Amino acid sequence: MSEEFEPRIIAFCCQYCAYSAADMAGSMRLQYPSNVEIVLIPCTGRFDVILALKAFESGADGVYVAGCLEGNCHFLDGNIRAKKRVAYLQNEIKAVGLEPERLAMYNLSASQGPRFAEIVKEFSGIISGLGPSPMKKLAA
Amino acid sequence: MIIAERKPIDEIKSFIEGKKKVLVVGCRGCVTVCNAGGTKEVGILASLLRLDAQKENRELTVDEHTLERQCDPEYIDELLEFVEKKYDAILSMACSVGPQFLSRRYPKEKVYPSLNTCFIGGALAHGIWSEHCQACGNCVIHNFGGMCPISRCSKSLLNGPCGGSAGGVCEISKEVECIWHLIATKVMEEGRLDDFAPVQPFKDWSSSRDGGPRKIVREELVK
Repeated sequence: MSEEFEPRIIAFCCQYCAYSAADMAGSMRLQYPSNVEIVLIPCTGRFDVILALKAFESGADGVYVAGCLEGNCHFLDGNIRAKKRVAYLQNEIKAVGLEPERLAMYNLSASQGPRFAEIVKEFSGIISGLGPSPMKKLAA
Repeated sequence: MIIAERKPIDEIKSFIEGKKKVLVVGCRGCVTVCNAGGTKEVGILASLLRLDAQKENRELTVDEHTLERQCDPEYIDELLEFVEKKYDAILSMACSVGPQFLSRRYPKEKVYPSLNTCFIGGALAHGIWSEHCQACGNCVIHNFGGMCPISRCSKSLLNGPCGGSAGGVCEISKEVECIWHLIATKVMEEGRLDDFAPVQPFKDWSSSRDGGPRKIVREELVK
């Protein structure tokens, strides 16, 4: 019998929106999968592709970046830049055999606690469907 | 600066096929500025190669180092302490001068170029570069409103525009501006069309590649 797969997910969350939304989800006592590890970043414009690559190298099954709604970035266009970086990295990881769906970009506002919980459930479901990262073999 | 871009990952993977220990070497010169081969890009390539090996359950060590420049022997020497660690392959992320200098300095090492050297150019905006010089060795841009028809005209015409110029763009692509359109417009706006009228004579190409590989020797600098 194989153990049930519980994905390990890293979420890079902007402090002005997604991180606050996560706080709100907690205050509202909303239930969502506990396998998401949240990394606070000052803006998704701080998100660098190397951060996601290091996460995958270290055994993450999925990585997502969560920033403000488009047009509402505290630093004007950090989330637009992050979106482009995510799209770029999706192509790069595909080239080395990792499903591009393992990397995603979400947008939400600080007041959307329930949406944060929804995103975690949605992304966790996608990664569960894909199974463990193929990069984990050596570590196993 | 020299503008380069990384080779496709599959091509780089083919260089290191069967190899277990690889060194990725970046350059802090032009290729750092054009985001092709600096410390960050070295990190990304190394990470992608490690992920690829992990996926295939293949043993692979990828180390990273970035030199001040790969086109100067004094910086190439710094790599000795790494070379002594015996790598199966060295992937140079510099323009093609870098891997050539590395190969010459460390003749026993297998050195591979990880970038394609594209052109001499500048940044139009962050992330957009365009060719502005062809290194002809005899600059004439002062005759053309400060623009280079050698590198920026598809035909390198010295007496343009040709019949392929329409609406300010070149016939080869709507993405390519007609430099002769820009030159003529600028000269007319400045009211210097009369200065511009004489037909340009044939260019002396002996300073360009026609004279074979080029070399400059500055005796006052040579030790």
